[in-house]
Amino acid sequence: MRTALFAVSAVVAVLRLPAAVAADAAEDWGPYALEDGRRSGYTYAASETRAMQDDEFENSGYIWVEKGAELWDEADGSVGQACSDCHGDAPESMRGVGARYPVFAPEREKLINLEQRINQCRTERMGAEPWTWESEPLLAMTTYVRHQSQGMPVSPVIDGPAAPFFETGKAFYEKRRGQLDLACVHCHEMNAGNMLRAQRLSQGMSNGFPTYRLKWQTIGSLHRRIRGCNEDVRAETYAPGSDEYVNLELYLAWRARGLPVETPAVRN
Amino acid sequence: MASLRRVTMGLVCGLLAAAATAAPVAYVVEDYRIAAPLTATPGDAVRGEEIATTRALGNCLTCHVLPGDYEFPGTTGPTLVGVARRLDAGQLRLRLVDPKQINPYTMMPAYFRTTGLYRVAPEYVGKPILSAQQVEDVLAYLLTLR
Repeated sequence: MRTALFAVSAVVAVLRLPAAVAADAAEDWGPYALEDGRRSGYTYAASETRAMQDDEFENSGYIWVEKGAELWDEADGSVGQACSDCHGDAPESMRGVGARYPVFAPEREKLINLEQRINQCRTERMGAEPWTWESEPLLAMTTYVRHQSQGMPVSPVIDGPAAPFFETGKAFYEKRRGQLDLACVHCHEMNAGNMLRAQRLSQGMSNGFPTYRLKWQTIGSLHRRIRGCNEDVRAETYAPGSDEYVNLELYLAWRARGLPVETPAVRN
Repeated sequence: MASLRRVTMGLVCGLLAAAATAAPVAYVVEDYRIAAPLTATPGDAVRGEEIATTRALGNCLTCHVLPGDYEFPGTTGPTLVGVARRLDAGQLRLRLVDPKQINPYTMMPAYFRTTGLYRVAPEYVGKPILSAQQVEDVLAYLLTLR
């Protein structure tokens, strides 16, 4: 009987595999798919969406890249300096930064993500007001800075002082929450590639954020996207920029390690 | 057998006058079934289909294929076409009320449980996804899928 059951599950496994393998074999995803099976959301997107991302003139995310470039040279705050006064040319000085973040910040004794580092510069170096979360300038600057790492592999540091925060982020990812009692893993690990109504579930990779989302008709932060997921399972959300979401952001970066930074990606 | 028999208290949350009428609904889980209906009013299959296919209610369609002309059914759960040939009323009732009593790792939410949940959004605290009557309605619909 036991052998029979195993035989049945083996048949089911075989029956379920070919569809996914066939779909994968049809496309050479290049850097967007890794040998261990991890894949960018790019590979789950419709071909029109991918074409939109690939064309700088069609990709609306570049509006924020351009705004960011303008802000980079704009003096602000009581010190009267611009980002470029300290950091020079972003394509040089910011290259690789967006691939590493979030990082452990000794002065805070916790992680800091890109948005927070930008605001830290504003408040502590420029004597300027911090930009509010999801505001146009913060999205633009974050997109601009992360864009400088486009094509570079996501490469967060998760050991040393970052380790406990990484573990907290991982625990968040695996914890069921909300009235629907779902954890991130249920959709993005156990069911990636399956349909949730008309939406194809991706592996929930973070390498394209900030991402221009067609549903939003604007660019948005990773934290906004996470909040949306939390709301969908009818869970109490955390604030964007909360420690909980920044810790989760590090875990998500580790899940996406080796995938290219795509900022600004385009998704449904 | 005691190990197979469990009495669980659920809460009925009526939409109207909830405070006045909310009363615990006791159900017995035996042999992986809830044999007895949760309510005195028999389930209505027509209403059940509506609940199963409405996003803000049962939303079964998000994860399961249903027979009929429904576009874009989900594929994270098994198809419900012919489900009544595979499972009886008691088995289906437990799967709606609290499927984790059968498989603790399942993705499927418990539609009639309000305890053991984490960080439920304030507007949903203490409320099951479906009322006892809605569970019976969905069950009546599922039993037509032969």
